[in-house]
Amino acid sequence: MKDETKSAPRTMPIQSATFSQSINAEIRRAAATGIYDIRGGGAKRKVPHFDDLLFLGASMSRYPLEGYRERCDTSVTLGTRYAKNPIHLDIPITIAGMSFGALSGPAKEALGRGATLAGTSTTTGDGGMTPEERGHSKKLVYQYLPSRYGMNPDDLRRADAIEIVVGQGAKPGGGGMLLGQKISDRVAEMRNLPKGIDQRSACRHPDWTGPDDLEIKILELREITGWQVPIYIKVGGARPYFDTTLAVKAGADVVVLDGMQGGTAATQDVFIEHVGQPILACIREAVRALQDLGMHREVQLVVSGGIRTGADVAKCMALGADAVAIGTAALIALGDNDPRWEDEYQKLGTTAGAYDDWHEGKDPAGITTQDPELMARFDPIEGGRRLNNYLKVMTLEAQTIARACGKSHLHNLEPEDLCALTMEAAAMARIPLAGTDWYPGKPGTGF
Amino acid sequence: MQTFDLAADGLRTLNATLHAQAETTNQTTWEIINPKGSHAIAVGLDAPIEVNVKGSTGYYCAGMNKQATVHVHGSAGPGVAENMMSGTVIVEGDASQYAGATGHGGTLIIKGNASSRCGISMKGIDIIVHGNIGHMSAFMAQSGNLVVCGDAGDALGDSLYEARLFVRGSVKSLGADCIEKEMRPEHLEILAELLERGGCDAKPEEFKRYGSARQLYNFKPDNAY
Ligand SMILES: Cc1cc2nc3c(=O)[nH]c(=O)nc-3n(C[C@H](O)[C@H](O)[C@H](O)COP(=O)(O)O)c2cc1C
Repeated sequence: MKDETKSAPRTMPIQSATFSQSINAEIRRAAATGIYDIRGGGAKRKVPHFDDLLFLGASMSRYPLEGYRERCDTSVTLGTRYAKNPIHLDIPITIAGMSFGALSGPAKEALGRGATLAGTSTTTGDGGMTPEERGHSKKLVYQYLPSRYGMNPDDLRRADAIEIVVGQGAKPGGGGMLLGQKISDRVAEMRNLPKGIDQRSACRHPDWTGPDDLEIKILELREITGWQVPIYIKVGGARPYFDTTLAVKAGADVVVLDGMQGGTAATQDVFIEHVGQPILACIREAVRALQDLGMHREVQLVVSGGIRTGADVAKCMALGADAVAIGTAALIALGDNDPRWEDEYQKLGTTAGAYDDWHEGKDPAGITTQDPELMARFDPIEGGRRLNNYLKVMTLEAQTIARACGKSHLHNLEPEDLCALTMEAAAMARIPLAGTDWYPGKPGTGF
Repeated sequence: MQTFDLAADGLRTLNATLHAQAETTNQTTWEIINPKGSHAIAVGLDAPIEVNVKGSTGYYCAGMNKQATVHVHGSAGPGVAENMMSGTVIVEGDASQYAGATGHGGTLIIKGNASSRCGISMKGIDIIVHGNIGHMSAFMAQSGNLVVCGDAGDALGDSLYEARLFVRGSVKSLGADCIEKEMRPEHLEILAELLERGGCDAKPEEFKRYGSARQLYNFKPDNAY
């Protein structure tokens, strides 16, 4: 009898989908430390994204352009509404704002070098403008953030555009933080704070509250800079229709819209994963707002959040964006999370591709750090070359798709060139589900 | 002295004219008439000139000022002298919210009262207020000095860093991590100089000093919120 019980078939151990290994590990970590998890990077969960859209390509009813010969333009001009000197870019892929402090000086330099070689712009970040960055970026956008770290009128007048940051996709409604480990003498001095203490960046601007105030703030910035340079407003993907409408009302030349997948230097994990809308769901709403105001293509729309390939760029264009911005992808092009450092990632308790403790300043690749020894591993000239290569490949990919759709400029891509693979993507992007002429919410279809 | 009629000639011409004043200009004194509460008057100046605004101003008067002395002969709207780098801004009347916000340097003197969030996120500026200041003043103040000859409102110095706050009257409440600190001789000396610079008829000994308890400086379970 005893033996029979022993050999009776048993249920297989099943891990709970709800209480997964990673959730349980997080519960144990929280129980042990009493503090929430802070990390860098963007949302790691799967959300509806550009992979859920496909291009249709040319066929009997449309004819393609010859792949290697026929012209397919990629240039874009940002800031045509009010600025005397709008920004002309050769490619519609810009480098998003990433702070000096989060990134090392040489990493910022590499972004400037790569972007300049590729004919595009780069952007400062929380922490001010560094000479490396200004020196190596032909077109530099200067961020105007709630913390105003390093903000000064000389840099403002040195900038090619000003970007007022209202929010970020990774944390709409949240401020920033730079933990003490990364506060070197230089970072501390630029931010007027003692060395080694954690720096919190406020979530709201100190001297204006709503869009009516912002309109006056923009007037002030334009008066200081003589109405020369474009003013962008950056918002996180929260309520894109209203946010875009209000940004235009406040006087923006350009709206920068950052979806929830967007990267950050350091924020609570709960914020990164649970606040904001995926960029796929934001673009059409922002474009609708611009169209309702008669401002589509007058006020340019730059979108970001999880953009990786030329296909992603082409899809953004087809949905109505004028340009895109990349953060995480640019860092990976520079060498972030490269498997060549696997041994060191292991020592930090992680693995290449998953490393996100950028706030700790121990980056084996020497990019998200202020540690002189780690920084020395990173060569800004080589980094710039790699970024340029990557930007070129993305552009060629986007052109390949545009030509296949018969378009002589990336901006001529349109929603009609797309179909959706999932109901979610169809609903969010208002693109017909593949094989149908229908998407959820399509006017006149009942639901 | 040059007189500029803002109502007649407009804001753009005013600021462009003031920006065109070189370091070595001999037209050092300007008078702006008919300001009528306009916004962004005399912003982004960068020359050792004196600008007298004959009336009250709207938002951001003397924003990002460098070198210049801007004297408002009236009251100032929100964000007067915001992000000032150097120079002097004097307000004869009252100042609205965010006076001297994020200022990196220079001196802001307010002869009347200042509203809420005076000196918010200040980064080196000296602000001297003859009257009272409103709630949430010196929020996240990083460095510089805030002198208040009257009373301070709620939550003074919330989450402040290294700025020094001197208040003569009452403080309705202190913000997180802001505490009263000992007034040592060196502080009395600093304060005496500030009071003199601000044209205040008050004695340093009548003031109390407030500053950061420095308990929020490093992120740990006890101060996470
Ligand atoms: C390391 C790092 C630092 C960042 N710093 C800033 C910043 O200072 N200001 C800002 O507006 N956004 C900042 N961002 C967000 C980017 O500007 C951008 O919105 C985001 O990276 C886009 O998403 P992606 O990373 O998926 O391309 C940062 C992002 C990263 C990865």
